[in-house]
Amino acid sequence: MKAVLTGSHFMLGDIACAEGALAAGCKFFGGYPITPATETAERMALRLPQVGGHYIQMEDEIGSLAAVLGASCAGVKSMTATSGPGFSLMQENIGLGIVTETPCVIVNVQRGGPSTGLPTLAGQADMMQAKWGSHGDYEAIAYVPNSCQEMFDFTIKAFNTAEKYRQPVFVMADEIIGHMTERVVIPGPKKIKLVSRKRPKRKKNYLPFKPDKDLIPPMALAGEGYGIHVTGLTHDARGYPVIDEETQHEMVTRLIEKIRRHAPKIWEFEEVMTEDADIVVVSYGAASRSAGRAVNIARKEGIKAGLMRLITVWPFPEKRIKELAESAKAFVVPEINMGQISREVERFASGRVLSVTHAGGGMLSPEAVLQKIKEVAK
Amino acid sequence: MSAKGAGNEGKIETVEEHPLDHILRQDRLPHIWCPGCGLGSAMTCFAQAIERVDIPLKKQVLLSGIGCTGRIAGYVNVDSYHTTHGRAIPFATGLKIANPELCVTVFSGDGDLFAIGGNHFLHAARRNVDINVICVNNFNYGMTGGQQGPTTPVEAKTSTTRYGSFEHPFNLPYLAAAIGAVYVSRWTTLHCRHLEKSMEKALQKKGFTFIEIISPCPTGFGRPNKLGEGLEELRYYREKSVIKNDASWDELELHMRGEEPVVVGDFVDTERPTYLELEEQMLRAKGLMK
Amino acid sequence: MKYWRRPLDKNKIKTPKGHIYVIPDRCKGCGFCIEFCPKGVLEESKEINRKGYHLPKIADGKEDDCMNCDFCMLICPEFAIYTEEGE
Repeated sequence: MKAVLTGSHFMLGDIACAEGALAAGCKFFGGYPITPATETAERMALRLPQVGGHYIQMEDEIGSLAAVLGASCAGVKSMTATSGPGFSLMQENIGLGIVTETPCVIVNVQRGGPSTGLPTLAGQADMMQAKWGSHGDYEAIAYVPNSCQEMFDFTIKAFNTAEKYRQPVFVMADEIIGHMTERVVIPGPKKIKLVSRKRPKRKKNYLPFKPDKDLIPPMALAGEGYGIHVTGLTHDARGYPVIDEETQHEMVTRLIEKIRRHAPKIWEFEEVMTEDADIVVVSYGAASRSAGRAVNIARKEGIKAGLMRLITVWPFPEKRIKELAESAKAFVVPEINMGQISREVERFASGRVLSVTHAGGGMLSPEAVLQKIKEVAK
Repeated sequence: MSAKGAGNEGKIETVEEHPLDHILRQDRLPHIWCPGCGLGSAMTCFAQAIERVDIPLKKQVLLSGIGCTGRIAGYVNVDSYHTTHGRAIPFATGLKIANPELCVTVFSGDGDLFAIGGNHFLHAARRNVDINVICVNNFNYGMTGGQQGPTTPVEAKTSTTRYGSFEHPFNLPYLAAAIGAVYVSRWTTLHCRHLEKSMEKALQKKGFTFIEIISPCPTGFGRPNKLGEGLEELRYYREKSVIKNDASWDELELHMRGEEPVVVGDFVDTERPTYLELEEQMLRAKGLMK
Repeated sequence: MKYWRRPLDKNKIKTPKGHIYVIPDRCKGCGFCIEFCPKGVLEESKEINRKGYHLPKIADGKEDDCMNCDFCMLICPEFAIYTEEGE
């Protein structure tokens, strides 16, 4: 059986995500069943044995991410998929993944929260948890798909970015996209660009956490004879725990800078009719589909609206928001939460920022977005 | 043997190196453990065991969670992962499945493995993942200053059981055997030779193995419970320990007071297909593996 | 019955001889090696190391008693003592 199912398919978003992972070379999935991400786990359980990989169903999401990190340390591209409650349980080991610089992909098919919330209905309210969920300072990387095709494409992107920068990367999907069935075109394996983590060239003088000029250290794997020590404690270039202010400063600033310095290469967005827009609608994921429709209707009615759709929410493309703010009169930010990314837009937009909120449980309607655009346009 | 001369009677020949130095990260020693702590003895036995078994050091991986025992991973000179609190077992599970060539050992404390990490222990043993779990049981949370833990005996004093513990502790060998560990043994840090042999056995045995090491913690457990410093705790083990491989599970309860014995031994040594063996067998039957 | 306790091949069996080594500055004076040497070879000396701990020494009359059993090495928490086969 092939890892890459080249061809045109009518495919569920969650399944497209699994196929994207397989196309990216994922060979390990540690997971725990949770609605609405279960289909990704089920697909991986079916497909991984066909391509020489391993699916293991762990006892909880804490164990799932721990197993994923362990598998990655053994050199295998690894992932898990979950939803809000599971994502909450994973936060501790997300911190471990960040600080030990262990690449992996964590898919969160968001549902309504807080707590058990709405298991079968959509939400986008984990966006800030993706940024700040684990304790301590770090920079997150999160892709937000808005179609089944993007469930496939962005899962590959997430693996490549995780491998390149050596850190866990999120795919922040939502129940609407995860449970939607659409056309998904899977290209030939040769057309899929893959990135693998940087490896040390020689054993002599190798220090596991000594970065190259790009701030990324080459990664030695378990069993290669490097005798590495990897710890969640604050550590020096040797990987040894050092409990002092200087080492903390050096380690944390490098981990942050590793992402911030490369942020312009990592962040991605798509713009529609923003060149002359008075009103820029900033949206992402399922909500961005309604946002796009609202912008089209507004244009037909003579309102100069445009859409900036975020492909990465983290790192947040702050530079582009600042540029757009120079000409736009206002920003409208529709999202299926109570205004999480809208505040982020506010940080960088000098003008008005209006939130279109939705507590979750359904699709944010194009009418709600259009109404807000019209309000601003008056 | 001894250098003869005035004032030097009985002086032992001094040297700079130890035969097991190459197994340790010399640039990290001396270790952080208190004088009289049993962790150093447990680590010596482990260092000796990994050197003696016929498994190359480069294929050995040592993992631990958080706490005093958790620091062992940082001292032994093999690939080592000091993970989050309680999560070394699932981390080890991923590592072993991703690279079955590795000999994977989790070395951690009673609180780490059985309180916060208890669920992972159950499931790794149930699956019979081919990893070794070595638990240093000192009956308290030492690193944080001697609080009550899942193995603190009834009536024992800790900094959070000032009137004595009124919780029933785990009987670890019983627990491990009940959930399917293929090898279960218990020794105190005084039983160095038995312990070292058990470790060799566990390292070479396929499947989920479990060794409990009863260890002195002079600051967190010995002093508040009138067992004294490390040396007195070891004397207590000498006096009270009984090697009984066929002990009943009830006999393995630990009281650590009065006339109650400390029963040690090799309690389980059996075979059961491992997680990876079953996976391979079933996938092969379906034509998914050559 | 006493003579039955004396192995018939006693004269043929050579008891191993051990030689003890110590790495003085690693010792934390826990006393484990002294207390648990099966032959009681060691005792605490007056000599102290850089950390201020009393090192072990060979007890009077025990100079030839070490059998290289290595127990002191295994029980030492500090990797500070070991034995090798002696002459």
